[in-house]
Amino acid sequence: MGYPYNHRSEVSIISRHFGDPDARTLKGWIEKGGYEGLRKALSMSPGEVIEIVKNSGLRGRGGAGFPTGLKWSFMPKNSGKIHYLLCNADESEPGTFKDRELLRWTPHQLIEGCAIGAYAIGAEQIYIYCRGEFFEANQVLGKAVEDAYESGFLGRNVLGSKTTIELTVHTGAGAYICGEETGLMNSLEGRRGEPRIKPPFPAAAGLFGLPTTINNVETLSAVPHIVMYGSDWYRKWGTEKSPGTKLFCVSGHIERPGNYELPLGFPLKDLIEDVCGGVKDGKSLKAVIPGGSSVPILTAEQVETCLLSYEGVEEAGSMLGCASVIVMDESTDIVHQVMRMASFYAHESCGLCTPCREGTAWVTTILKKMENGQGSEEDLDTLMELTDQMTGTTICVLSDSVAAPVQSSIRYFREDYLNLLKVGSGNG
Amino acid sequence: MAKPNSVPEKIRNINLVVDNVSIEVPEGTTVLEAASQAGTEVPHYCYHPGLSSPAQCRLCLVEIEGAPKLMPSCITVVAEGQVVRTDSESAVKMRQGVLEFYLVNHPLDCPICDQSGECDLQDFVFSEGRKHGRSKVAKRVLGRDDFGGDILFYGDRCVMCTRCVRFMEEIEEKPILAVVERGNRAVIDTFFDRGLEEAEWAGNVVDICPVGALVSKDFLHKARAWDLAHTPSICPNCSMGCNIDIHTRDNLVQRFKPRLNAEVNGHWMCDYGRAQYEWLNEEGRIEEPAIGNLDRSLQTPLEWQNIIKEVGARLTSLKGSIKVVVSPLCSNEDMGAVVKLLKAIGGGEIVFRCPSSLEEMPLRGTDGLRRTKDLAPNVEGLKLLGAKHVGDKNGIGGLQDISGEAETILVVGDRLQDQEANFGEGANLIIYLGSHPSESLQRADFTLPIKTFAEVDGTFTNCDKRVQKFFGSLEGPRDARPAWSVLNDLTSAVTGIETRQTVEDVFDQLSEVSEAFTGLTYLQLGSMGFQLEFDAQVTKG
Repeated sequence: MGYPYNHRSEVSIISRHFGDPDARTLKGWIEKGGYEGLRKALSMSPGEVIEIVKNSGLRGRGGAGFPTGLKWSFMPKNSGKIHYLLCNADESEPGTFKDRELLRWTPHQLIEGCAIGAYAIGAEQIYIYCRGEFFEANQVLGKAVEDAYESGFLGRNVLGSKTTIELTVHTGAGAYICGEETGLMNSLEGRRGEPRIKPPFPAAAGLFGLPTTINNVETLSAVPHIVMYGSDWYRKWGTEKSPGTKLFCVSGHIERPGNYELPLGFPLKDLIEDVCGGVKDGKSLKAVIPGGSSVPILTAEQVETCLLSYEGVEEAGSMLGCASVIVMDESTDIVHQVMRMASFYAHESCGLCTPCREGTAWVTTILKKMENGQGSEEDLDTLMELTDQMTGTTICVLSDSVAAPVQSSIRYFREDYLNLLKVGSGNG
Repeated sequence: MAKPNSVPEKIRNINLVVDNVSIEVPEGTTVLEAASQAGTEVPHYCYHPGLSSPAQCRLCLVEIEGAPKLMPSCITVVAEGQVVRTDSESAVKMRQGVLEFYLVNHPLDCPICDQSGECDLQDFVFSEGRKHGRSKVAKRVLGRDDFGGDILFYGDRCVMCTRCVRFMEEIEEKPILAVVERGNRAVIDTFFDRGLEEAEWAGNVVDICPVGALVSKDFLHKARAWDLAHTPSICPNCSMGCNIDIHTRDNLVQRFKPRLNAEVNGHWMCDYGRAQYEWLNEEGRIEEPAIGNLDRSLQTPLEWQNIIKEVGARLTSLKGSIKVVVSPLCSNEDMGAVVKLLKAIGGGEIVFRCPSSLEEMPLRGTDGLRRTKDLAPNVEGLKLLGAKHVGDKNGIGGLQDISGEAETILVVGDRLQDQEANFGEGANLIIYLGSHPSESLQRADFTLPIKTFAEVDGTFTNCDKRVQKFFGSLEGPRDARPAWSVLNDLTSAVTGIETRQTVEDVFDQLSEVSEAFTGLTYLQLGSMGFQLEFDAQVTKG
């Protein structure tokens, strides 16, 4: 059930209890069938749990869409080392607000998912790295963890089994880069929030150099249901390559913005026009960013045929990312929007890699200059070249995230840029 | 305890091709090092062979066949059959792009920058950068920051390679420097009012800074890099024997810089050693050999050959043993010549004094690099060749047995600054071989000018018994001569046998003096020095 609006096309699995204050409490959650998934998981072997998740085809909901079961299976077996499960709740991608809702409405769903995940990968310690600005979510989650400990869902001998599952909530201090999985690990360790070079991958050497799995809030929230009802049940929705349901955060020029849980593969056009009631004030659509600010922009024309699955959006020329749909109507100044995004990334670049540190800031200055009507056509070539130099040349993908909207906007909305040049020359 | 005779683990060799050059390197070598061996220097900033590699400068990216994107060569390890291209279109274009990024905020103030002429940014941009930058926006201005100690920071020049941060963290293990802020506002800084004055090896961050961001206050605007002559030498300020280059201009030492020797100091040297060089520039030298003492009016200048005859005659007539005070700055050759002179005359006693610190000062992140307690370069050499360490930790006193009645006293290099003006009162003969006049040696019968260590070639033996060469970087006064040369002439004058007169010859004859040097030749020392057998005397005795 979406929040604050909902729609009959929705399939409510993880969002079923959005807006219901009862679901936040342990008592309420148990009444709604909570923690049964964990109980079931504990009756199986960890390998069986991984197998179910693998078969369900659940893909990482943080943006990359990596198969979750496969990721879990990378964890070493009988290594004798301490394992960690990290939950990435540092949701900071502009346009994204799905994890916040999951955290503040259904914290026990996440705790349950975390506990199942930890059991599956042999981790006795879970860290939920929660974005610091999520005050309410942090409070609700904190209380939920406390209650879960008190009732034996966390701690030693979980639900009478011999399994120990400790869970710690860690609050971020306001850096986008700490949502990058290795930056998050550095931050948790008390270091500067900077991404690490991969390999080694987290499953080999993650938090404190030990085998670690890191999953998104939405991914882990889906796990209890998959364990409870099976992989075939989960595959009833979605496509072959993108099974299940996904929260879509719709924002921008839209009549009914908010979160909607839909089966993957849902047409983008229907999401905008039917589910969300169309572009605000009946204006016409200009562009859509389908997966958060770091993916290429789609034109109204591309939106027509775009299906919201990992493969569908890729086919349309962008990425599903974390399914944050930003809708822009005909009045939108694309250059301004791109400038806003670039300046966000310039502010959030950790400064480690030169192309990102210097490039993000330089791109922003050029865009600002163009917006002020002081640009030239040559600047567009420079932007294309700079963003080329910023793609695939750095440790993490933050600088690629600037390149995507800049390049796609110049490619598809060149007119917007050229119009600014005319304004500039007119002003002399 | 002797190690059991184990076969060392066999290291495989890997064959790869770098820019069409086939090369074989040991397993585990990085692509950057392999390329260097194949004759291609891959530009880099954050990589430094003495530090960890964060692969963040993104300048050393190269094309490796089969890899989906350009790979950082500083952390990519070689693989069998790898084909590396540092000169491919994509690699060259990427480097040009990264270099352009570096210049977006760099002030290009090369004309007033100390690093100019030895700057990696200058060099790389000159060889591969764009002719003209495309950035037309105002540059970020950070200004200058005093990091404490001898270190100044010009933030605008910084390329954020973080070598300095890593040096302080990994090698000195005093994490005084850090990156603060992020994005292009990121800057190297110290914590509040704490700074590098707390460090003892901070000068190294100036050496490893690839640009002019970290500079030495002492060297600030003193000389242009290209005007400096570099002479390989050994740091004279303790017994560690750190390999250094002495940088000189206008016949003055301008600075010491560490010189790589993996066996001794790696890439590093301490601040104490680095700072003590001004004494080599001290004026007021003894210009010519003379009969008499300090007071010029009482001196009678003589030609070298005459004065040698004169001194030789006096020594011959006296016979018997003599007392010798040498300076711990004397080279092995000087000391060998003293011993030979003593043999010729009939024996004697050799002592030296040396200032010392109470504690060693280790560089924690290294295997044994330290400032030793003895604050002079050849304490071990003098001991091996038969001198006795006397005096206290300040390097004074201990000469009661020397300055007695009716003695013959030879002083080499030591100015005896702690002694009264009546030193040697009642002695039969006092010969002073020195570089500077001494107040305490007013009673010297002969004053013979010698060159300082910075003016001659020679060898020191460090605290670990490693014998290392140094070379003359300054010109001394015209008539000053190496001490060993003067001493050898005196020996000849006493014995009537001519001795050979090159530093090689003198070194090669050291085995006649000490068994520790048996069989060792000057040629064998090479540029890295030669480790004498530990406890050589014990085993051979």
